[in-house]
Amino acid sequence: MSDIDELLDEALHALEVCDDMDVLEGLRIHYLGKRGVFTERLRSLGRLPAAERPKAGQVINEAKRIFQQKLERRQLVLKKLIAEARLVTEKIDVTLPGRGLSRGGLHPVTITTRRIVRLFECMGFHVEEGPEIEDDFHNFEALNIPLHHPARAMHDTFYFDSHRLLRTHTSPVQVRTMESSSPPLRIIVPGRVYRCDSDLTHTPMFHQVEGLLIDKAVSFANLKGTLVEFMRHFFEKADLQLRFRPSYFPFTEPSAEVDIRCVMCEGEGCRVCSHSGWLEVLGCGMVHPDVLRRVNIDPEEWQGYAFGLGVERLAMLRYGINDLRLFFENDLRFLCQFN
Amino acid sequence: MRVSEQWLREWINPDIDTAMLAEQLTTAGLEVDSVLPAAGEFSGVVVGEITEVRPHPHADRLRVCQVNDGREQIQVICGAANVEIGMKAPFARVNAKLPGDLKVSKARIRGVESCGMLCSEQELRMADSAGGVMVLPSEAPTGMAVEDYLALDDRIIKLDLTPNRGDCLGMLGIAREVAAINNMDLREPDVMSVRALVEDRFPVELHTPRYCPIYVGRVVRGINPAAETPVWMRERLRRAGLRAISPVVDITNYVLLESGQPMHAFDLHKLKGSIRVRMARPSEKLVLLGGREVVLDDDVLVIADEAQVLAMAGIMGGEDSAVDAQTRDVFFEAAYFSPLIIAGRARRYDMYTDSSHRFERGVDPKLQVKAIERATGLLLEICGGSPGPVVQVVSDPHLPVKNKIFLRSEKISRLLGIEIPAEQIEMYLDRLQISRSGDNGKWSVFAPSHRFDLNIEADLIEEIARLYGYDKIPRTLPKVPQAMITQPEYRIALDSLKDIMAERGWQEVVTYSFVDPELQGILSPDRPAVNLSNPLSSELSQMRTSHWTGLLTTLRRNQNRQQKQIRLFETGLSFIDTDNDIDQQSWFSGIASGFYAAEHWSRVPRLIDFYDVKGDVEALFAHIRTQNSLVFRADKHAALHPGQTARIYRDGSPIGWLGVLRPDVEKSLSLEGPIILFEIQGSALLDAVPRRFVSISKFPSIRRDLAIIVDEETTSDDILGVIRQIPDKTIQKSWVFDVYQGKEIGTSRKSVALGLIFSDPSSTLTDEDVGSTINKIISNLADKINATLRS
Repeated sequence: MSDIDELLDEALHALEVCDDMDVLEGLRIHYLGKRGVFTERLRSLGRLPAAERPKAGQVINEAKRIFQQKLERRQLVLKKLIAEARLVTEKIDVTLPGRGLSRGGLHPVTITTRRIVRLFECMGFHVEEGPEIEDDFHNFEALNIPLHHPARAMHDTFYFDSHRLLRTHTSPVQVRTMESSSPPLRIIVPGRVYRCDSDLTHTPMFHQVEGLLIDKAVSFANLKGTLVEFMRHFFEKADLQLRFRPSYFPFTEPSAEVDIRCVMCEGEGCRVCSHSGWLEVLGCGMVHPDVLRRVNIDPEEWQGYAFGLGVERLAMLRYGINDLRLFFENDLRFLCQFN
Repeated sequence: MRVSEQWLREWINPDIDTAMLAEQLTTAGLEVDSVLPAAGEFSGVVVGEITEVRPHPHADRLRVCQVNDGREQIQVICGAANVEIGMKAPFARVNAKLPGDLKVSKARIRGVESCGMLCSEQELRMADSAGGVMVLPSEAPTGMAVEDYLALDDRIIKLDLTPNRGDCLGMLGIAREVAAINNMDLREPDVMSVRALVEDRFPVELHTPRYCPIYVGRVVRGINPAAETPVWMRERLRRAGLRAISPVVDITNYVLLESGQPMHAFDLHKLKGSIRVRMARPSEKLVLLGGREVVLDDDVLVIADEAQVLAMAGIMGGEDSAVDAQTRDVFFEAAYFSPLIIAGRARRYDMYTDSSHRFERGVDPKLQVKAIERATGLLLEICGGSPGPVVQVVSDPHLPVKNKIFLRSEKISRLLGIEIPAEQIEMYLDRLQISRSGDNGKWSVFAPSHRFDLNIEADLIEEIARLYGYDKIPRTLPKVPQAMITQPEYRIALDSLKDIMAERGWQEVVTYSFVDPELQGILSPDRPAVNLSNPLSSELSQMRTSHWTGLLTTLRRNQNRQQKQIRLFETGLSFIDTDNDIDQQSWFSGIASGFYAAEHWSRVPRLIDFYDVKGDVEALFAHIRTQNSLVFRADKHAALHPGQTARIYRDGSPIGWLGVLRPDVEKSLSLEGPIILFEIQGSALLDAVPRRFVSISKFPSIRRDLAIIVDEETTSDDILGVIRQIPDKTIQKSWVFDVYQGKEIGTSRKSVALGLIFSDPSSTLTDEDVGSTINKIISNLADKINATLRS
């Protein structure tokens, strides 16, 4: 082995162990600088016989080229290592919470109303609304509940004077819609309603959603079909059982009350269903011919169904809320749970 | 309505158990609320006869009794005050089991042995309370098991009846219903006519036959005032929820429970001249049973005699003519009063009686004579006496008539969505005692006299559906023509704006629409409010004219529960009284207090302020692209800080408010401030500005900043307004990015830094172009608002 080879080995080894840019620069100067080792060797070629010079020069240049190449590679490696090392020092705590405003949310009554309305919108119903301060005619008379009708006892009514009152149900919107538009009709009416009653299970204000479908051949079987479809979709329970019981509402005939199999205990019997296995969820029926006649719709040509359901009731069952009064206390600790 | 199953099964006894019977009733529309046992479960309790009562040697209140239990004499200590020699009472022998897992055992009470227990009704779970030991009739066979003697193997079916089914407010009606459901024949127990033994009649005059077309009366003389109501009747009354009072009253109540016909009994000697069924005269007075005096309105039907009002017809009797412990001669009344003349009256006088409840719903006009005969028969059986003839006064033209109803099988199938064969329909009609003629699916029918709820074809269709079974009707979806619902793109649902607020950290609340008028008076004194005439409480007596009262109350409640960051909004109607109507307007309102954001490691905590809320209000308008036509103008509001209040305008019209709650109001309500409030009329948020494309300039824009000094009263809108009015289309945008006040600016002046963007759709702007526009801006600002350039 020539001393050039030895020299190169030594130089390359020095590169390999070098892990500092300054030291590396020192090596560059030591080997390649104006007075560097390789430079000196080339300069000393003159002392060799002319015939040996090319060969020797070639050997030195080759060694120099190799060194140069390795040096540059080492420079790149070192640069990368140094950059990486610096990034490591820029470490942050990724578990600290992110910045930004916290989200608010909607009231569970709104969430539930939207869910109900959307399901019916998918069946082609559209939303109607009406006044909350109603007149006696629309809230009662037009719905076959004349003054002193025993059914009025079921509606503990807030009055302003002899003819103005807070609507006790969303049904007056049925009447108003039928007054202003002609059949066929397919409406859904969400809204606040009021009853003069306040205890563990009653609040003086609550929410209903009313549905009305008037067409030529809408039947009681269709009413059953619609409500079964709705309840199953609302609770996302494809096998939810419903029970239709004859009942009485002055503005529908036939009338029915609808129970669902208790969603809390699956019908086994629990506190929520008073151990009956059934939960009463809504009232419905075929629109009474006198109600139609009063708004100039011919009951021989048109017929239809109507139903009314309690929003809080459905929200309580869906989300497991055990106290109706929570809805109107508006405690943020309650409301935030639905965000 | 409480129905004794035992009693019911005496009339109609289908081969089904109690649970099935209850299920049948519920699914037929007579909703069963609950089924209760007639008494608690017990054993070893027999009829005991008290043969000796002595004071307890060591206790004043206790007595030492000897009781014959049919086998032997037993010594028992008893604490009840009503024990006496010869009395019969339920006696629990040693080892008897009483309700509530009690076992009777031998005991020494204050040194004296006691071998059993005399029981009260409460201890046997036959009543909720008790006044001593239960007294059994003297003829009760000593030693007989009490549950056998009282026939306690019975259940009470509690029904929640709907107001249309007045016919089911008696055993007869329920039995009819059960018979119809089970397709059985109901054999009504025969009511024997009781032959008159005396000729006494008391005259009856119908002054308003329209409201009372039938009045049946009967005199019964010489009854035994000492007679007692038999135990079987007491038991039936008890199971129906009625207390035994006296034989005559109990008999009228019993007949009511049995048939549904309310009755009344007068003491004959307290009646003068004749019975007159007439309207009350204005301000006429009546002392009711129980002693309460009422002043009658002239639309109240009364039973009167020559001298005075005796009773509110069909509602309640009067004290002066009532039977009492001395009564020997009675006058029974069974009448038909029109529901119209009874309805609402009891409620008006704050009463509710079994009688008014039935007459309001309709009592069968064919029952009166039967009821009188039944009552007479029972009276003779229990109290003896000599009946006079039945006096029946009827005004034929005023009798309720049943109209002919047409029933078509085609309509039945159209309304119900099922085909029911004609024979089956006829069978259902028969079962319901609905008389019919016609065939081929077209009938003329008459409802029976006891059904007040069957007046039109649809009523009959419900009856048919009921007997067919609602459950058997199939479920199908309506076949209606398909139609898309219009979705106006620029009509914004208030509901969608709620999502924006929720995303921006606001929590929706729902508060009552009626509020405390006192607080509302402070927050919204300028809007006339309407008051409820029958509020639940004074704090909930006035309709809200703004959401702020409810929001503020809710905010306070949450502050009291240590909430530190509160942002609440509500939508809904407010109610403002106008001269001739109540304006029901929709509003979008909010309230905020506490920290701007949750405590965070990277931020300095600060309280929410006016501009935070303003940003959220602006976001609502940005959603409907109306931010450019929105103006906030400093204004005054009774509830808001005079220097930190803006009235909000859209397109020049006032549409709402934004401001900080007055610190004095805040303090008086013990709230933590500052509290920011806003309200926007819903109608101002409904119409969005249509989307329209405008071409984008291909040329670069240029930004220049400008620092000016203006009077401190000059608003941001004043400055930007001047710039906006310059008719130079290259000014694309201008905004304030800094406001500074300090000594070097001078008193009552401030420095405002403006950002300006210039561009031209058709060319690249040069420095000279922009420079000349800026000069124009500077000179206009100087001219119009006295602005100078900050050097």
